[in-house]
Amino acid sequence: MSDIREMLVEQVDRLLADRSEPATLRAAEAGTWPQALWDEAEALGLPLALVPEEQGGVGLGWGDAAALWQVLGRHAAPLPLGESMAAAGLLAGAGITPPAGFIGLGLPGEPVAWGRRAAHLALAPGGEVALHAPSGWQEGRGPIAREPADRPVLAAPLAEGRLPAAYGPDAALLAGALLNAARIAGALEAVLDMTVEYANTRKQFGRAIGGFQAVQQLLARCAGEVAAAGVAVANAGRAADRRGLAGAEFEIAAAKVVAGEAGGTGAEIVHQVHAAIGFTDEHPLHLFTRRIWAWRDGAGPERLWARRIGDAALARGGAHLWADLTSRDEEPAA
Amino acid sequence: MAGLQFPLRDTPPTAPALRAELRAFLAEIGRDWPPIVPAYSWMGFDREFSREVGKRGWIGMTWPKAYGGGERTALERYVVLEEMLAVGAPVGAHWIGDRQSGPLILRLGTEEQRREFLPRIVSGELAFAIGLSEPDSGSDLASLRTRAEKVPGGWKVNGRKVWTSSAHCCDFMIALLRTAPAPDPKAKHQGLSQFLVDLRSSGLSIRPILDLVGQDGFNEITFDDVFVPDSLLVGQEGNGWEQATAELAFERAGPERYLSSLPLLTEALDDLRAEPAAPEAAGRLLARASTLRQMSLSVAGMLQDGHTPAREAALVKDAGNDFEQALPETIRRLIDPTRTPPQVLEMLGLMTMVARSYSLRGGTREILRGIIARQLGLR
Repeated sequence: MSDIREMLVEQVDRLLADRSEPATLRAAEAGTWPQALWDEAEALGLPLALVPEEQGGVGLGWGDAAALWQVLGRHAAPLPLGESMAAAGLLAGAGITPPAGFIGLGLPGEPVAWGRRAAHLALAPGGEVALHAPSGWQEGRGPIAREPADRPVLAAPLAEGRLPAAYGPDAALLAGALLNAARIAGALEAVLDMTVEYANTRKQFGRAIGGFQAVQQLLARCAGEVAAAGVAVANAGRAADRRGLAGAEFEIAAAKVVAGEAGGTGAEIVHQVHAAIGFTDEHPLHLFTRRIWAWRDGAGPERLWARRIGDAALARGGAHLWADLTSRDEEPAA
Repeated sequence: MAGLQFPLRDTPPTAPALRAELRAFLAEIGRDWPPIVPAYSWMGFDREFSREVGKRGWIGMTWPKAYGGGERTALERYVVLEEMLAVGAPVGAHWIGDRQSGPLILRLGTEEQRREFLPRIVSGELAFAIGLSEPDSGSDLASLRTRAEKVPGGWKVNGRKVWTSSAHCCDFMIALLRTAPAPDPKAKHQGLSQFLVDLRSSGLSIRPILDLVGQDGFNEITFDDVFVPDSLLVGQEGNGWEQATAELAFERAGPERYLSSLPLLTEALDDLRAEPAAPEAAGRLLARASTLRQMSLSVAGMLQDGHTPAREAALVKDAGNDFEQALPETIRRLIDPTRTPPQVLEMLGLMTMVARSYSLRGGTREILRGIIARQLGLR
């Protein structure tokens, strides 16, 4: 991990450990914007983290961003910082100076997380990026995570630009998929830790339930899924740094598929081990698992991304399957 | 996550050239392999093939040149292994020697043992079998009872080993034997030692055990006063458990723990084009394969750096076994058997059967998950 990545990851982890408490999460679900948390994130320069330094940002790459987004997921951070980072990064990529404050990220067919608090919105259909200042928002909220999710009323864009070819025609969707995969990977780490701790303290039949092989086997499987999600996300971030978002489509798709599957399996296991208490509103487990379920569908469910990978592989044919898989990070032989 | 980290590793810069050589070699030598070859993959035994592999310097690649090795990196070796496995090459005659017996001899063997054994493993001449499981000691390995008694000049061995893959074709076994009674039932890991046992020794008999496919892949070995000279004790007397469990990190770490059934996907893919559910299913498999490959490379990188990532290897093996077992079943759900080429159907049928062994060999799923659970801090 690079020094700057490590430093930022630590800073954000500390910030969220202090500020992303269950009470804040519950308030966010009731529509209360976490202003104090946003201010601190802004003070650290996070919303502009993906914007190059010469455009006033921090100049992080997608791999760094994915590591940060994983930390956001680990704390179920109740603010749309990841979306704003991606939006600013895409605007800057198209030569548009990102405005200050929260910028919403528009994904095809999806409402905008916390749109009502966004003075600005970035849309990126087909490689064209447009900066909007929506004239209004049709307010709603996500069906599982319950966080504000609003649809914009659009007027003419404030600025338009074109992304370089390395971003491809799906830049916003790819960035959104990486963001959601990373958040799932982070949230899975958190719920696994919570569940191991619970299993070691909750006693039944005179012993901690973590001592029962049935419970151990479930949590070991969960650990395998958590590890797979983390590796898939790191691999996708590295690929995007090396080849741009479009060149990393396979790895980002794989990360969204693996993180999505891991999210489903992992959430199932941690609820099973927590049993009834984890099914209550009072217990914080659902603050994480509901977001995992929601993030699985954000920027395309597993099915969509798996089809992209599968269509490409079927078109290439079995004879190329292994060579294509191994050549992605290797320079061709001379 | 509880100390389990999988930092990404790149393959070495020499990988593309190495792959090109391997692919040319395998395309030629594997032209007429019937489906049973990839179905058994690294459980398949073919001495002639292993000699050819040895000639090209692809066995003992990381070992010192003094013993015939290639002094190449662990990640270069990894590239060779994954290329072999991707086509299901019958690597069984050199696999165990290259993977664990050779490294054990290199690390703990005497100079005489290294000179005697390593060059012949490298050339593909000497095939090794694993000597761990016994009829009453499977997952509970430390309870093994085959004993070696001290006699003048060596040891006298009595007992039985079982599930020994290809032992009837192999030359030597590294056997974990009891050389002293366990001081008490809770300390049964003590008093074990490892020996190099010549499988043609007098008093040693090998009985093939047919597997459910009908192949004579594994065996039961009976030791009846078999003499093993002192010179064939490996490492320290009484230190066998520590030695054998370190060996397991190598045994569990490789790409053979997720790639066993991949040749079926390669073979069947083109016949799935008309199936509407195929893109999603193939995409999910490839997403997993790509991720497992990165996890497996990460473990290989840790080994290259001199670590012993036993717990990480257990996790990757468990996750990999899930994948390689799910693959044949996924293909089965996608194909119409009345319109699928016989070659594909035969491989599918064989792999459906062989796949049961994936989560048994080298540590059962339950044992691996127990190791992972302990690492998580569950007691």
